[in-house]
Amino acid sequence: MAEGGQLVDHRNGRDVVLRLRGIRTQFGDKVIHDNLDFDLFKGEIVGLVGGSGTGKSVLLRTIVGLNEARKGTIEMLGVDASTLHGKAKRNLLARTGVQFQDGALFSSLNVTENIIVPIREHAELEELTMREIAALKVALVGLPADTGEKKPSELSGGMRKRASLARALALDPELLFLDEPTAGLDPIGAAHYDELVKGLCHSLGLSILMVTHDLDSLNAICDRIAVLLDKRVVVGTMAEMLAYDHPWVREYFHGPRGRASRQE
Amino acid sequence: MVEAEPTIQCTMRSGKPVVEVGGTWTIFSVRGIREKAEKALQAAGAGKATMRSVDARGVERLDTAGALEILALVGGGPDAEVMTKDQAQADVFDVVRKNMCVAPPERRVNWFAHWLEEIGRNSLHFYTQAVNLCAFFGEILVVFVEACLQPKRFRINAVIQQMYEVWIRALVIVGILCFLIGVVIAYQGVEQLRQFGAETFTVEAVAIGMFRELGVLLTAIIVAGRSGSAFTAQIGTMQVNQEVDAMRTIGLNPIEWLVLPRITALVFAMPLLAFWGDMTGLLGGAVACTIYLDFTFVQFFDRLRDTVGVWHFYTGMIKAPVFGIVIATIGCFEGLQVRGSAESVGQLTTKSVVESIFCVIVLDAIFSIIFLLAGV
Repeated sequence: MAEGGQLVDHRNGRDVVLRLRGIRTQFGDKVIHDNLDFDLFKGEIVGLVGGSGTGKSVLLRTIVGLNEARKGTIEMLGVDASTLHGKAKRNLLARTGVQFQDGALFSSLNVTENIIVPIREHAELEELTMREIAALKVALVGLPADTGEKKPSELSGGMRKRASLARALALDPELLFLDEPTAGLDPIGAAHYDELVKGLCHSLGLSILMVTHDLDSLNAICDRIAVLLDKRVVVGTMAEMLAYDHPWVREYFHGPRGRASRQE
Repeated sequence: MVEAEPTIQCTMRSGKPVVEVGGTWTIFSVRGIREKAEKALQAAGAGKATMRSVDARGVERLDTAGALEILALVGGGPDAEVMTKDQAQADVFDVVRKNMCVAPPERRVNWFAHWLEEIGRNSLHFYTQAVNLCAFFGEILVVFVEACLQPKRFRINAVIQQMYEVWIRALVIVGILCFLIGVVIAYQGVEQLRQFGAETFTVEAVAIGMFRELGVLLTAIIVAGRSGSAFTAQIGTMQVNQEVDAMRTIGLNPIEWLVLPRITALVFAMPLLAFWGDMTGLLGGAVACTIYLDFTFVQFFDRLRDTVGVWHFYTGMIKAPVFGIVIATIGCFEGLQVRGSAESVGQLTTKSVVESIFCVIVLDAIFSIIFLLAGV
């Protein structure tokens, strides 16, 4: 096995924007991840999958710093995130974006104000400039211009997800984390969302790690797939995963839904 | 984050004005760039309107905010010409140009109109709220009558569970607060009545005050704060989780399963608590009298028996179950009003407490008038 849990090395000289080494997370005595290695390369989209209870969300929360790893190092954009404090930590956070599963928009603010929050916090700009940037992000994620004035409670689930993506993109992060971005969307909405993410990744040079269960998304936009197996991740392309011999992987990718999503 | 400064320069190339930009153009570096641009353009003697092309080949780092500012230099129109260093930056310009739009202006609020609107909206809301509450009470009565015909529909288990929550667990707090109020009234009574040499009337002051008003009112306010709010929060959370909807689809009536047990429990718990409050209040008064008046406990209760009529006690006890009904009804009603988000659970919980205390005090005033007319 190649470095960073890869089946075959796909680095090709690219920068590593996220490097996990020897990660161990546990709650009480229950070990969720043990000695987990993973690399995310610049400009790629990796989908993180795994059975329920394997700790996909826990891993994502650990990476973004909401949950502390017992052991191991997390290196983000070339700096060791686990030892950072104060200003350095804030600077790193300004270069990453997170979209939560149900949006997690601040309910007392409208969409424009939600997008402005990270900008105001990290980059002091004039009010008008910030509003223009917010309007740009609203358009960028494919929302109609009047959405900016609406409160999160007035938006549908799909629109909330898009608005949340707009907030995650507010500071043009280099690294983006998405938690189940297409869950709960209708197939058309999900396909549009996939296209949007892929387009943004391509045109803005983002690197994206997304937790997903959507086999269509995995097929359509993910360059590589990371599977949580036995407390570690195994990373490979779709073709490599199809050939990989593990009962869960076989059932997941060769099951009826997996087959259906590949027939185009 | 501190970054290298962006640079702007205006030049003429083959008779055409061109803006040359360079350096870092990211969201962290573009602060104050508009003034700078204005100056650079003025220095070159050119207005924004005449500028149509940008040479961005000198740009080292670029993001969407930077691209937005660069396009703003040349008015951002579709005919603006942008030269870029590489394909990646050209892509960023493309994306921004496609999605650029005028930021909607911040909404200005006319304070007077806003104020009038708020008053109107609140009056209307008050009216609909009163109507809905009456309708809800009617619905409860219907279920109550049905339940009287089939007593097993009173859900005795749920009632007992609620009784434990609203009665047993409230005993300590009600007891302590009423005891302290008893002490306070006795102390004030002694101080004031001593001026007339009438300090023995402190016994009446404490007993009548606690029996008629304070015991039951204090209990009602505590119950509204801890049980009425709990009803709203519990039912509201169930509403958010769609548990109430699930009950309806299964054919269970939420009023029978959620509301009636809570009201029944509070109708029994309120008089019990008010009685307990009266007793601890008297005890507080008696303790204060032994300290300030050299009374003994026996003297205190002797005087109590001789001078305070039993109707003083009854008037308080009559009010207690009514207050219980009101607090439980409002608590459950607001709980069922919860729609959608968890945010509204908090809002409606606050509202339910305020409304129930309001109603309790209004009802107390009405009771006073009735008792006055009835001569008790």
